Amino acid sequence: MPTDSAVKRSVPKIALWSVLVPLLNVIVHSAIFIFLRDSELNPVVYAILAILWGVAGVYTIYWSLNWVIEQYSDTWKRRIQPFLFIGPAIGLLGWLLLIPTIRTLIMSFQDESSSKFVGFANYAAVFTNRLLLTALRNNLLWVVFGATACILLGLLIAVLADRSSFEKLAKAIIFMPMAISFVAAGVIWKFIYYYQPGDEQIGLLNAIVVYFGGEPQAWTSAYLPWNNLFLILILIWMQTGFAMVILSAALKSVPEDILEAARMDGAGEIRIFFRIIIPYISTTLLSVTTTVIVFTLKIFDVVMVMTGGQYDTEVVATQFYRQFFMYQNFGYGSTLAIVLLIAVIPVIVFNLRQIRKQGEI
Amino acid sequence: MRRKHSRRNGSKALVNTILAVICLIWLIPTLGLFVSSFRPASEILGSGWWTVAPHRENVTKDQIQLPKDTDLSQPIQVEDQTFSDEQLRSGVKASDGSTLVWENRRARLINVQEPGWVANTTFTLDNYEGVLTGKTYKLKQPDGSERTEKGSNMSRAFLNTVVVSIPATVIPILIASFAAYAFAWLKFPLRKTLFVVVIMLLVVPLQVALIPVSNDFASLGLNGNFLGTWIAHAGFGLPLATYFMYSYISQLPKDLFESAYMDGATNFTIFTRLILPLAVPSIASISIFQFLWVWNDYLVSLIFLGGQEDVQVLSMRIANMVGSRGDAWHLLTAAAFVSMLMPLAVFFGLQRYFVRGLLGGSVKG
Repeated sequence: MPTDSAVKRSVPKIALWSVLVPLLNVIVHSAIFIFLRDSELNPVVYAILAILWGVAGVYTIYWSLNWVIEQYSDTWKRRIQPFLFIGPAIGLLGWLLLIPTIRTLIMSFQDESSSKFVGFANYAAVFTNRLLLTALRNNLLWVVFGATACILLGLLIAVLADRSSFEKLAKAIIFMPMAISFVAAGVIWKFIYYYQPGDEQIGLLNAIVVYFGGEPQAWTSAYLPWNNLFLILILIWMQTGFAMVILSAALKSVPEDILEAARMDGAGEIRIFFRIIIPYISTTLLSVTTTVIVFTLKIFDVVMVMTGGQYDTEVVATQFYRQFFMYQNFGYGSTLAIVLLIAVIPVIVFNLRQIRKQGEI
Repeated sequence: MRRKHSRRNGSKALVNTILAVICLIWLIPTLGLFVSSFRPASEILGSGWWTVAPHRENVTKDQIQLPKDTDLSQPIQVEDQTFSDEQLRSGVKASDGSTLVWENRRARLINVQEPGWVANTTFTLDNYEGVLTGKTYKLKQPDGSERTEKGSNMSRAFLNTVVVSIPATVIPILIASFAAYAFAWLKFPLRKTLFVVVIMLLVVPLQVALIPVSNDFASLGLNGNFLGTWIAHAGFGLPLATYFMYSYISQLPKDLFESAYMDGATNFTIFTRLILPLAVPSIASISIFQFLWVWNDYLVSLIFLGGQEDVQVLSMRIANMVGSRGDAWHLLTAAAFVSMLMPLAVFFGLQRYFVRGLLGGSVKG
């Protein structure tokens, strides 16, 4: 076994391996990457090769580098090995999230091509420009109506399901939309809202309206800004299941004897619900709320698919995309991203506190 | 696990009814898509999908051919009654109770309709064939003319989505598990600080990173190919995966590691031979999560993969179709359903793990 270090290798040899193995990794994987990028393989063969490389590649990198470390003396092994284990994770997080956050922050104080500093001009613009203000207002609408409805409906359905005779089925039905993509959901709901002039409506909503003698409407492009509510409905349809599943688990953890005791004392079901159950699940309720709010703040796909941001339905994330990719205005783009970041900072603090409380760090 | 509720029967019936109504409302949107995806193109545009269920409707019993030279601006003589063109356009009740309506105004052909039970039960697999193979096929227009149309080649997009999703799930979860093991059981400087960073990054919006990362990728030549997308998804999925795996691995009993270590196992063997097999349920949960996230993702592939036909994923293809052919419901519904197949299979097949992942990932965070 390598741990007894009976096999002592000479220092130059170890040094050689330490250089050679990482180098070999770089060369081999770059070669495969370039080969795959430039080759004109049959799509299926390509898919299989790419998947194999992607999956096995990462493992062999870990394995080969670990092999080098195993050659070191025990002291050095103990020092270096943890960094092999966390290295790739920290490297990726640093490169793709942490450092970009700082870079974006800096860019938000620079002009559109990131060439000179403009102070708070971008922030001033975000809070005065009509388009950008609309995006902020709509995000507020999404959070106020969307997130609230998700939580309340989720709680209601969790309570109902707990007392019904088909709990599992009901939960699966409510939960199912969570599995599908926002793009697919967009198609589903675009079809429901579909409008064509005349009495023959193939969109469900307009057909109902016409059936009751109303006028068909173009739901997502009329009655600004309330057309946003029809987009928000999609979020509610998709995310209520999430709140429901988690709240349902919390409801089941309320000890039955507390409830029994309250009932013995003559408390009604509604009183029990507000005085005992709600306080008992309050931590879960809070964390579900923050999760849904964070999710809602980042909403993007629904708006892109449903209206593309037209008819005053733009939200911060879609406006970000527009500024960044279409207008190439890195200043506005990064400022909008930072606005989103500021909005989630309370949640970051909340998460850290929760975890500190659980003693995990 | 089931708890007994000592509730009155009346309220239980009420609860069941309300819940059933809510469930129905939740099901109808998907049902509409599902039914429509099997209806011929002309029928989707002609009648609502709910008409596949038996319903009462005016059914054409007979047709009346008026003389070709009938003047439509004058009152029109139909058998022994007269109607205006306006009336015949929207349908008018004749004295015998039947409804008269133009079938073809130019040909002066009138339908005589009577109410009856009908169901539009013409179903077809053409839509799926259209979106999967990209074959060209004929489309009947409402006015009777025909138009040829090319379906979109979704099978390629499906394959691309698989190529993106599998490595973009396996890579971050492997990396996260290694890191979680180190965070939980190895000693190294800055351990706590780094872990706090991971927690902080849990909810950081993706948008914050997109501009700098996409600039980096552009200079490295990673934009527009699968590797770049894998790396992006891996990075964005890492915080949750690391945290999730940490909360499982850190709770394993300490003796497990000590005895293995005593037996001379290295950290690498402990991790690959002991931890990974033990953590399979957790890995399954977080993998399902990451997999669905990647499969359903639109933003990351929009920015890092781009719109080229040969790399496009399902969500992008469908979003493009919505933009360019918003009325082609026969294709849109079928395409959307194709993209939903995998998530729904995962959902119904692995629901237990899915729910567990959800609970672990958010009740704690």
